[in-house]
Amino acid sequence: MSAIGTDAIEGFGTTGSTAQGTRDRLRVGSAAVLLATLVSIPLMANDYWLNAILIPFLIMSLTALGLNLLMGYAGQASLGTGGFMSVGAYATYNLLLRLPELPLPISLLLGGIISGLVGVVAGLPSLRIKGFYLVASTLATQFLLEWLFNQYGWFSNYSTSSSISAPRLAVFGHDLSSPTGRYFLTLATVVVVTAVATRLVRSQTGRTWMAIRDMDTAAAVIGIPVSAGKLKAFFVSSLVIGIAGALWAFAYLGTVDARSFNLDRSFQVMFAIIIGGMGSISGNYLGAAFMILLPILLDHVGGGLLGGAIDAGQLENLQRALFGALMVWFLIKEPRGLAALLSRAWTQLASCFDR
Amino acid sequence: MPEPILQLRDVSLSFKGIKALNALSFDVERGEICALIGPNGAGKSSLLNIINGVYRADSGSVVFNGERFVRIRPAQAAHLGVGRTFQHNALFRHLSVLDNVLAGLIRHCRATMVEHAFGVGRDRRESREFNRRVDEIAAFLDLTNHRDRVVATLPYGIQKRVDLARALVGGPSLLLLDEPMAGMNQDEKQEMSRFILETNASLGTTIVLIEHDMSVVMGLSHHVVVLDYGRKVGDGSPEDVRRNPDVIAAYLGTAH
Repeated sequence: MSAIGTDAIEGFGTTGSTAQGTRDRLRVGSAAVLLATLVSIPLMANDYWLNAILIPFLIMSLTALGLNLLMGYAGQASLGTGGFMSVGAYATYNLLLRLPELPLPISLLLGGIISGLVGVVAGLPSLRIKGFYLVASTLATQFLLEWLFNQYGWFSNYSTSSSISAPRLAVFGHDLSSPTGRYFLTLATVVVVTAVATRLVRSQTGRTWMAIRDMDTAAAVIGIPVSAGKLKAFFVSSLVIGIAGALWAFAYLGTVDARSFNLDRSFQVMFAIIIGGMGSISGNYLGAAFMILLPILLDHVGGGLLGGAIDAGQLENLQRALFGALMVWFLIKEPRGLAALLSRAWTQLASCFDR
Repeated sequence: MPEPILQLRDVSLSFKGIKALNALSFDVERGEICALIGPNGAGKSSLLNIINGVYRADSGSVVFNGERFVRIRPAQAAHLGVGRTFQHNALFRHLSVLDNVLAGLIRHCRATMVEHAFGVGRDRRESREFNRRVDEIAAFLDLTNHRDRVVATLPYGIQKRVDLARALVGGPSLLLLDEPMAGMNQDEKQEMSRFILETNASLGTTIVLIEHDMSVVMGLSHHVVVLDYGRKVGDGSPEDVRRNPDVIAAYLGTAH
């Protein structure tokens, strides 16, 4: 079978063919190189790179992964992402505050589980409604959670300002409050969660989600537990998003602030997975890179080229317009996202190697 | 005489006052191929939907394997051994053939989500066992070559076979086929008939199917039930039904 035109996502390729084998080796190899690069980055990068670029990029990837499990794999659209991030952040904050003897990884996980349980409750309407109606009900969850954390002082330990400073980060006695420490905490969490999520989507649980996404009536008839599957997707998704929210607060901002988990955040994450590729793991990183790195790049390029020529406000508007245009252009080029674009590129590269 | 696998007694169903099924009764014997025929709107699909719990009958009873179905849900029917394929393509279109057929085994899954997430406990053994069963069914239905293809990219006739594989892999004792040969050309129909006969003969699965092509029905089935406007107008062997004047009037017409 010719390797030209094969595409894993469309499935024209067959596993076992040489092109596919080379392709997989290329992908695994490049993932290893990427990981090695990410681990060695603190040796070269300065604090600005870690603080302002890499840490938010990694956390955005994790958040996108969380939403992608729900929306890309299980087909349940949600705009409650910001709300679930805030649940994770406030839950972890309170665990660190009230149960300081717990090690940080346990507090993070428990914060995620609390967010997951809130996600299950928020997911209950999905048993009755779908599509835009479900989006509207998750929107209600978003607003309710924002209101809740502003309204009740208990969550922020009765702090007078709406933002509270994060407790010191330490794992087994190692202080992680330096940029490098926070970077490694984030990277380790992202690697572990990605590995587990990858396993999960390839298991019968992931297949349950994709079956519900593609044809829920047929899924029910062949005996797939549709309601339980939807609620599990809400649980795991909100768990991952909750952990990401806690990292956003502690490893990135250094404060827990409900305003950074507003509806804009929910939209940002949804755009990230649409751009990156729904129902794809690597798409989350590509989408997060697009959402976090591209604006920074445009900022630098724009500032360098036109810095003196036009005023800052105009420049910012111009950058936004350009960002929007790029987003539209990419989606027209490849509606299935950057992950599909990359997958095609890999196939072509692999066919060059095999020739 | 063993007890019939499926007994329908006085089953009635109406949609907003319009009778779809009217006091329908018949038996399906264990191990037979039973064809439901009748003009469009005769209530054939509605009947299948009652048997596997998609619709609920207004009155009457459905007894499957000696158990009366009361307020049964489709998932429960599947657990009890009722398999089903669909008239219109209802595959999981973004998934491969392998994944579609594996999905037919989800109801046999004992491993929990946590076991899946970490690949521990029952997960590994189950996934090996499931893959083996899918490979068997794929070989049986001649799907091995298409195993890793995304179903949306496959020809229609093969998609119908994937639907059959997905229903069969869980080992149902009763298989409901809703127009398994709709839209197929003559070769594809013959191929599908062969697979249905083989399923019945070598796996011993009882089959209830809906089909319009009379030559296919006569060649395949042991037992034919004829519906017209929600009523049963014929019930017997293919030969009996072919000779029955009511059936000829209602459905077969004089041209056949």
